[in-house]
Amino acid sequence: MHPELPHQHEHGPGEAPHTHPEPGVDPHEPLHTGARALRVGIGGPVGSGKTALVAALCRALGEELRLAVVTNDIYTTEDADFLLRNGVLPAERIRAVETGCCPHTAIRDDISANLDAVEDLEAALGPLDLVLVESGGDNLTATFSKGLIDRQIFVVDVAGGDKVPRKGGPGVTTADLLVINKTDLAPLVGADLSVMDRDARARRHDLPTVFLSLAEDRRATPVADWIRALVATRTAVAGA
Amino acid sequence: MRASAAVVAETDGRGGTRLAVLRGESPLLPRRTGPRSAGGATVHLVGGAAGPLRGDDLRLDIEVGPGATLEMFSVAASLALPGRPGPPSRLTITARVAAGATLRWLPEPLIAAAGCDHVAVTRVEVAAGGTLLWRDDLVCGRHGEPSGAVRADTTIRYAGVTLHRHELAVGPGAPGWDGAAVLGGGRAVGTLVAAGPGLPNTGMAGLPNTGMAGLPGAGVAGLPDTGVAGLPDTGVAGLPDTGVAGPNAAVMPMAGPGVLATAVGADIREVRAALDPLCRRPAVAF
Amino acid sequence: MSLATLVLLADGRLPSGGHAHSGGLEPQIAAGRVRDIRELDGFLRGRLATGGLVSAAFAAAACGDVGRAAELDAGLDARTPSPALRRASRAQGRALLRAGRAMWRLASLPSREPHQPVALGALASAAGLTPVEAAVAAAHGTISGSAGAAVRLLGLDPYAVHALLARLAPECDRIAALAARRHGDPVDDLPAAGAPLLDIGAEHHATWEVRLFAS
Repeated sequence: MHPELPHQHEHGPGEAPHTHPEPGVDPHEPLHTGARALRVGIGGPVGSGKTALVAALCRALGEELRLAVVTNDIYTTEDADFLLRNGVLPAERIRAVETGCCPHTAIRDDISANLDAVEDLEAALGPLDLVLVESGGDNLTATFSKGLIDRQIFVVDVAGGDKVPRKGGPGVTTADLLVINKTDLAPLVGADLSVMDRDARARRHDLPTVFLSLAEDRRATPVADWIRALVATRTAVAGA
Repeated sequence: MRASAAVVAETDGRGGTRLAVLRGESPLLPRRTGPRSAGGATVHLVGGAAGPLRGDDLRLDIEVGPGATLEMFSVAASLALPGRPGPPSRLTITARVAAGATLRWLPEPLIAAAGCDHVAVTRVEVAAGGTLLWRDDLVCGRHGEPSGAVRADTTIRYAGVTLHRHELAVGPGAPGWDGAAVLGGGRAVGTLVAAGPGLPNTGMAGLPNTGMAGLPGAGVAGLPDTGVAGLPDTGVAGLPDTGVAGPNAAVMPMAGPGVLATAVGADIREVRAALDPLCRRPAVAF
Repeated sequence: MSLATLVLLADGRLPSGGHAHSGGLEPQIAAGRVRDIRELDGFLRGRLATGGLVSAAFAAAACGDVGRAAELDAGLDARTPSPALRRASRAQGRALLRAGRAMWRLASLPSREPHQPVALGALASAAGLTPVEAAVAAAHGTISGSAGAAVRLLGLDPYAVHALLARLAPECDRIAALAARRHGDPVDDLPAAGAPLLDIGAEHHATWEVRLFAS
């Protein structure tokens, strides 16, 4: 998966040999370049701000990209209703998937209902640039299947404790983008953002992490920029 | 005991309906009732003997010709009883409804007395453009007794296509019949099928029918002549929104051109409360 | 015939959307009709004798002759008055086809969203299974999904639930054999056992604002 790339520096004594990706080179398999939309999964624990992030991305990207959202919720349409109430996306661009008490099953082990929802959106709305698939709130081990999405974002929040990045887990460790949300709460809950940053780097090596306060940045600018870059790369590859 | 009965209704050429055939044998005795001046004919089945008893083989054939309207009732519930050891009692009903004809079958319930073993076979064939309202109520045992065994086997075809195919088995020998999937301890169940022009056809996709709901004028105006005015108010205009008609009942647009309402109750009164309002005569007399 | 292939097809972990369906149990729990193992037993026996028998017969029939898929599909429409249950069955059929296409070479079907038993029969046929094996998978599937949902919704002891499934296994075999014997019958003559509370419950469930399972 991670291509072997020439080393940019010498390893110090006692340091385990490892490779570093070329700066600016995506260390993953190439993005899907077919006719279908880029699919980005958004996961994370309950209350970390996944739905608020989806709403922010709809605000930021809704004008420039052909966009739709699939929500997976414990309570069927709760998250979809939130998006509707906030008026960030018209109803026909949102699908809710029922998950039978197990949101992680629906995004990882049996992705059929989500695939059906994505395909139905593309069939109903015509070609799309981006489909956001929001997981139901789950635990730190819940990640998306690569059969469902191209890239995944994992959202944790400062209020969940500054130990979350150190604890790791598949979501924190392997997500293509880690979002640490609610930085505005750090002083209130006694969380040390520099500790979170250090631990995230240790866990994630070169995978990016962004700090965010959706209360202050209602368009989730760093995340929106990350997605814009993905869409642009994909379009460039597809057009080449 | 073997017995057969037949009812054939035809248009009388003056906007009314005449009964070309009306014959039966005890315990199946059809009698014309109701005013003759009305557009349709009304027939009541009069029970001429106890039963059906085990071993009985009864048959009723109904035919409604083009443009005719027939409404059938029974004067009392029929009571399936044990009788001597032997094959199950059997009642076979066939009905044929022609284009432009209407049949409303609204009998009293069948009661499955303890120890009975009864089979009820229903085969209804409605031509394109015909209208049907078909009601079947079943009570599992008389008051305070366990249910006997009843197997109902129903096929309703519309315009040459099977619209409704249903079997229901209760009592001894029917696994799980009183469990929460089938009757859940309820002792009465009723089913009402309405089929004909103007009723929703939700199609293969199973999408909720919204076609009629948005057209208040068309939804009601088209219905009196179909003879199912009870359903249009609920089944066509209002019900696809909710699909439910009480806590233990539902009104459901079928895949084909029809609506099915079903209700389960602790007793027959609960079933009647849910289904009777859907069976009321049309506002305009036929 | 391959027993391992049959186990694969009947495995609840097959990614075919089944985990999100309670087989009609969620509304009956809400109605207070299923609270414990005894009531779950009654629910499962009734479901097996009605929807289980019908599913098994139609899966066996589709396995025996995939060319009958369209008429079998119409036959299930006529046996399913509840639009919510028709939608649930077709959603699961579609999901099953998605899994099946990845696993075997499926015959082409007239619909991309067939009823679940028709899709199951098509998969069984493509996997080289026999009609009775398709029927076993169908009958087992009608109760194992609900049993799993009972563990999640009621917090029942999973050992007690599996003990119940073990007790029901012979009944499952009996129903499957009964269904498979009739697999070549005309569609109108195939089993049509209905379950009024499953229809009613599904329609109520579809109106809920908050539900955990898709059906």
